[in-house]
Amino acid sequence: MNSILLFVLLILCIFSFYYGQSRIKKISSASAITVKSLPHFYGYYQALWCALPAFLVIVFWSILEPIVVKNLILNQIQSTTLQELSKNELTLLYSQIVSLAGNNFSGNITEAVKQGAFSYKNFLSISQSSKIVLFLCAVIAATLFAHSKINNNVHAREGVEKIFIIILFLSATAAILTTVGIIFALLFETLKFFKTINIFDFMFGLSWSPQRAFVRDAGAVLTAAQVQDLKDAFGAVPLFAGTAFIAFIAMCVAVPIGLFSGIYLAEYASFKQRKWGKPIIEILAGIPTVVYGFFAALTVGPFFKVLGNSLGVEVSSESALAAGLVMGVMIIPFVSSLSDDVINAVPQSLREGSLALGATHSETIKKVVFPAALPGIVGSILLAVSRAVGETMIVVMAAGLAANLTINPLEATTTITTQIVMILVGDQEFTSPKTQSAFALGLTLFCLTLILNFIALRFVKKYREKYE
Amino acid sequence: MNREIRLKKRYAAEQRFKLYGVISILTALFFVGLLLFKVFSGGATAFIKTTIAVEVDYNKELLGFEASQIPSMEEVKQADFYDVTYQAATGFYKFSNDAEEKSIRTMLSGRYEQEIKNYLLNNPDLLGKKEVLYLTTSDDVDQLHKGNFPRDIPEERRRINNFQLQVYDALVEQGKIKTKYNNYFLTNGDSRDAEIAGVGGSMMGSFFSIIICLILAFPIAILAAVYLEEFAPKNRTTEIIEININNLAAVPSIVFGLLALGILLNTFGLPRSTSLVGGITLSLMTLPTIIIACRASLKAVPPSIREAALAVGASKVQTTIHHVVPLAMPGTLSGTIIGLAQALGETAPLLLIGMVAFVVDIPSVPTDPSASLPVQIYLWSEQAERGFVEKTSATIMLLIGFLIIMNSLAVWARQKFERKWM
Repeated sequence: MNSILLFVLLILCIFSFYYGQSRIKKISSASAITVKSLPHFYGYYQALWCALPAFLVIVFWSILEPIVVKNLILNQIQSTTLQELSKNELTLLYSQIVSLAGNNFSGNITEAVKQGAFSYKNFLSISQSSKIVLFLCAVIAATLFAHSKINNNVHAREGVEKIFIIILFLSATAAILTTVGIIFALLFETLKFFKTINIFDFMFGLSWSPQRAFVRDAGAVLTAAQVQDLKDAFGAVPLFAGTAFIAFIAMCVAVPIGLFSGIYLAEYASFKQRKWGKPIIEILAGIPTVVYGFFAALTVGPFFKVLGNSLGVEVSSESALAAGLVMGVMIIPFVSSLSDDVINAVPQSLREGSLALGATHSETIKKVVFPAALPGIVGSILLAVSRAVGETMIVVMAAGLAANLTINPLEATTTITTQIVMILVGDQEFTSPKTQSAFALGLTLFCLTLILNFIALRFVKKYREKYE
Repeated sequence: MNREIRLKKRYAAEQRFKLYGVISILTALFFVGLLLFKVFSGGATAFIKTTIAVEVDYNKELLGFEASQIPSMEEVKQADFYDVTYQAATGFYKFSNDAEEKSIRTMLSGRYEQEIKNYLLNNPDLLGKKEVLYLTTSDDVDQLHKGNFPRDIPEERRRINNFQLQVYDALVEQGKIKTKYNNYFLTNGDSRDAEIAGVGGSMMGSFFSIIICLILAFPIAILAAVYLEEFAPKNRTTEIIEININNLAAVPSIVFGLLALGILLNTFGLPRSTSLVGGITLSLMTLPTIIIACRASLKAVPPSIREAALAVGASKVQTTIHHVVPLAMPGTLSGTIIGLAQALGETAPLLLIGMVAFVVDIPSVPTDPSASLPVQIYLWSEQAERGFVEKTSATIMLLIGFLIIMNSLAVWARQKFERKWM
């Protein structure tokens, strides 16, 4: 239905464009007035007025229609049936009605469902016809309005440009909408989660085993033992520790290698070396993370296990070391290119001053360039840490699944992102605290990376101000 | 003397420091090389498959027709191929009991019946004649032939029994085993059997997601960038929008998956596991990337262009649309392609919206359930069978191939069309 209306609207639009254009030409040639804008602006003016109100009608109707129809039907059911129905039963009944109306219902057709489907179809047809009427009204009214404006030789270009700028502004707010969407989606489920689980149990609890809190009726009254059980199931400290631990291993790999590559590329490399070296290191940044995960799980993990066995050390095949090492490799180009940029931005005069006093090149770097670039480098490392904390596929494929509070890099640990994936892959039960806990973890992750990025950008900004 | 020693020490330190730099670059290069080598050496063999030459007798009576009858195409399609396929699948080696018969039959892939039938449907004049077909072998025989299964371990630890090994050796001696291009890999959907599993379905899924991502993200990103760079007043709202865009670019991808799950699937009720939702999610992720690239290239357009247009009487909007935006297009396009390449390799958010489902059918519209290339890699890497390891590496090769093509396209677009301003 909507696609037909949109198609009709498109044709009307094209027609209005040519109508507006020819109309203003006719007016200007008939009476000797000077037209205020170029003719095609009158075309756009007419077309925009034709399209926008009708388009808004379609959008609002499509959003509101299902909600209104659902409420009407549910009210009807509640007034006809004698017994009180719970919210879940009503939702079930409504989905049965919708599928019966759509002719793909299998199962027992009860009287209530039959009646409901009948009135559902009824409401739907009323809604559809009123939508068409409203649509036509909007088109006609807006077209007439624009028509009279054109007859009065309105300033068409200004009108069109105003609308254009409004569209630009709306596009720019898409980013805000996305952020609001993220916060809304995360907060909504997280608040539900914190109704069952105390926030302090979540933030400071030491054991994590969400599978214990299996689908449980949200309304049921819990016994004391069950409450204790729930408390113990959602302590996120092992996840925070695991995330920090793997990120730490990754930084141990990425910072020295990335930093030294960055310094070499910025200070020592000839033009040719730089031309080839930089893109090749950046290949590492372009490889999808799932490929690193595959590499960690099937090459590095087993390699460490074999190595450990030959040395007589017990190494888990899903060790934190393997995941951290591969994650570190992934982050090398991030650190190297950021620190390369930062070092390049250090003014040449500082280097020349140091060299003129007789310092060697490496002494200049260590004593002058590096301290000068330090805030920027710290900022880039923090950005890299936030990358490591939010990284998902490597840890899902190569780190462990069971929460394990340990600082032995050879054992399996788990991270925030791994648990989010583990909980949400497959069927989800949105009333269970297990599913909601994934959103609470997501919110924690979101805040954590946001804070890291905020601090990092502060550092970088301060550094830039110093030399610009 | 003392001074000379100190100088020597300082020069040695200089050399050491330089060496550290070289070592770290070489380490990074080593990892690039190792990763690519691992993937390419493991994946190349997935593009070929092992086949067994089998004589198929398209006997009319076996198919249930009269000897004199000339059946129509439709009748052949409806015919019962069981006898023909059974005879072919067991006829290439002599067996003496049921266990051996089963061993022989399972040396062929689960698809051999279809292969035999389709061959006849494509060559209808073969009806009533005999023909030698190369039928796809099972995954185990395939891996044995590619040398991935050790033969000298005890029978119970092998996936191939002694009798099958004996048959295999005899067939090799007779020259009946041949390797061919694996036509299934690029065209088939997913399957539980490694020998007929393919990436056709997930490639279509990726294709749809990327196209939807492009359609949604590209126009919105350009409009947003034009607003921020050319029209936005310097005020609080603009500042908030800018901070927002920079933050979004750094939000972990899995959070976008949670957003899609909470808003797109639960609130708006869009269908799960589809490339439509995948595309929308990816477009939200690539939006900041494209906006930032587009803003950078808008900034690079010199003010003299704008001033010239304004001086001859163009309005601000006309100046922007007619002159500034076209000049900023090369940089924007290359930024867009790089953003899309990132989106193509993205996995985590797709896991949360259910694109990890096992999908055999190849999706034909964006609202069909489907996987995508990176998700396929994840799914297959969880499979224990040796055949899937090879398939995973080959899928990675494909994915990296696509990424290389897209990135070179971006570089080419920039170099070809970008204008250098003095």
